[in-house]
Amino acid sequence: MRVALFVTCLGDQFFAEAAADAVRLLRALGVEVDFPRDQTCCGQPAYNAGYRREALQMARHTLRVFEHAEYVVLPSGSCTATLRAFYPELLREDASAYRAATDLAQRTYELSEFIVRVLGVTELGKGLEGRRVAYHHGCHALRELGLREEPLTLLRNAGAELVDWEAAEECCGFGGLFSVKLPEVSLAMADRKLDTLPAPDLLTSADGGCLLHLAGRLEHRGRSVPVQPLASVLWEAHRGG
Amino acid sequence: MEVKSQQYPELARKILRQTPQVREAVTRAALHFDHNRQTAYAEIDAAFWRQWAEAVKNHVLTHLDHYLELAEQRLAARGVRVHWAETAEDARRVLRELVRAHGVKRAVKAKSMLSEELGVNPALEALGVEVFETDLGEYIIQLAGEPPSHIVGPAIHRNLEEIRRLFHERLGTPLDAEPDALAREARRVLREAFLSAEMGVSGANFLVAETGTIALIENEGNIRLTTSLPKVHVALVGIEKLLPSLADLAVFLQLTARAATGQRIGTFVSLIQGPRTEAEPDGPEEVHVVLVDNGRSALLADPEAWEVLRCVRCGACLNACPVYRQTGGHAYGWVYSGPIGAVLDPGLLGLEATLPLPFASSLCGACFEVCPVRIPIPKLLVTWRQRAVAAGLASRPEAGAVRAYAEVMTRPELYRLFSKALRVFPGALEHPVLPVVRAWRAGRSGLKPSPKSFRELWEEGAV
Ligand code: SF4
Repeated sequence: MRVALFVTCLGDQFFAEAAADAVRLLRALGVEVDFPRDQTCCGQPAYNAGYRREALQMARHTLRVFEHAEYVVLPSGSCTATLRAFYPELLREDASAYRAATDLAQRTYELSEFIVRVLGVTELGKGLEGRRVAYHHGCHALRELGLREEPLTLLRNAGAELVDWEAAEECCGFGGLFSVKLPEVSLAMADRKLDTLPAPDLLTSADGGCLLHLAGRLEHRGRSVPVQPLASVLWEAHRGG
Repeated sequence: MEVKSQQYPELARKILRQTPQVREAVTRAALHFDHNRQTAYAEIDAAFWRQWAEAVKNHVLTHLDHYLELAEQRLAARGVRVHWAETAEDARRVLRELVRAHGVKRAVKAKSMLSEELGVNPALEALGVEVFETDLGEYIIQLAGEPPSHIVGPAIHRNLEEIRRLFHERLGTPLDAEPDALAREARRVLREAFLSAEMGVSGANFLVAETGTIALIENEGNIRLTTSLPKVHVALVGIEKLLPSLADLAVFLQLTARAATGQRIGTFVSLIQGPRTEAEPDGPEEVHVVLVDNGRSALLADPEAWEVLRCVRCGACLNACPVYRQTGGHAYGWVYSGPIGAVLDPGLLGLEATLPLPFASSLCGACFEVCPVRIPIPKLLVTWRQRAVAAGLASRPEAGAVRAYAEVMTRPELYRLFSKALRVFPGALEHPVLPVVRAWRAGRSGLKPSPKSFRELWEEGAV
């Protein structure tokens, strides 16, 4: 099985090691991984901010890059949702591009989703034995992709203890440009997440943007909770056990 | 009500800084409502009934002329006087005429968001009419001289301490009065008002076309008194509130109550079908229904934005919204706040008057998940954002930056250069010269790019 990794711009720039861990994990699960070199950004920030023309331009670019991929896998819930839900919407007025977009949508998966739903793997190893893990559900993964149990199952089966977190499914307030357009509201939302966060050994999520925002806020508030992208945590689950 | 939606960012900032207790009170109450909704939804096949409700509403809205005519005819047949109000001013004129015709000195009002939209209280007061809000929450904020901050719980932003102080100042209750005692005092004042008012004003949760039935849901009983004690009852009804039949109503009453407060049905449901008949001992002598457009039919004709008219004003989206919970409703600067306000207000008032409300969302989608009539609020938010950008209402630097970003991202070689530059000059992120980075760094620390991009790791064979 061949997978084209869409590392996403944030992954490429800010979570390079986690993206590498995603590759290591996929290979360890017997998957061949490609990295189409012309890939850049899915265009989500432009789409969310109302820049339809620019988002469309980026959607067409990404469609071309992944045209022939058997599967596209992303270490990001919200970018997966962009390809899956928003590309068809953006391209609805162009019949052939629309077909290409819905076709791509069917081959596109977030990493943990791919592992559980496509590979049918729910046990990666026991590398998280005894770790108390807090999982932040990115909104798009949760509501656009309907991903709730997949990442949790993988973490739990690797021995992690998932901590009870009242606000685990609440938006962290990142929201792309929202976090810089309305900073006070965005930070108040992050604070609500962090105020209700128990003291876990580790905070993780399938969404890099949320993690940058939450980790940045944690550090600003002088609280230290190790923050690690899901791809790295899953690789540790496998490698460590 | 004056439209202050353009000031959303300042209002939100001010509320967060100056009245942190608002965030606390709203969060607590909204989460409580939302939790109750979850429990109440879990008892039914919520997905099924939400879809059903969406379909019924869509049917009514796409055949609105038919149902409006039917409703008018059935109401008239039961002795209700029907008025059409194209604008807020038209609706106020109807009220003015009734006030004059009946020599109204006092009016009691049931909670009605539409009446806030129409500016009913100031209009009546200008005629020398004393107006009493009779919903306890609404009465509290009337005493405080504030607009409601939530569709269902108008005083949701106020904590007990504040209400104690307010009642102490205005009604002379002791500063440590228990909630029961406060309610009792309000009841005493309002009881007098009910008995002496010549006019009762209400909204309508639904208007059933087939039977001409005005349906009202409440928990306190004040609506019942408002609509039955005074000799004139005026119901203000938005034209989008129609339902075809009583059978539809039976389900909508339950679904709305579940979504709003987690109740299976409101404590009181009033079905009003006209003035008192000779065989009836009580009830008003005259019932007037004012069918209000005020921008709705234009919105209905908008192929991308009309779905918002399905709204039954249950407030579930507000309760579920983490953005709303930080500030409460006053930040939104108009009658309808929260996610529904962010897509309804531009539809009724125009985009320019309400920017940046469509941007007051992280697009988390919690609102859509709970909405009993499945209004795709996130999609509508994006639609309004796209319109704002297309109309050139975005800031120029922002538009320029997004254009440049799209250019870089569709030229892989340029992107590569950029990625290199970020590492050659990591200071670009350390020294916040860029406005976006500066905004990010105010409140968040440690934005550091990986030492090497993934692309570099891959190309070096390090992966
Ligand atoms: S948009 Fe939906 S959830 Fe929000 S108030 Fe209207 S009906 Fe209720």
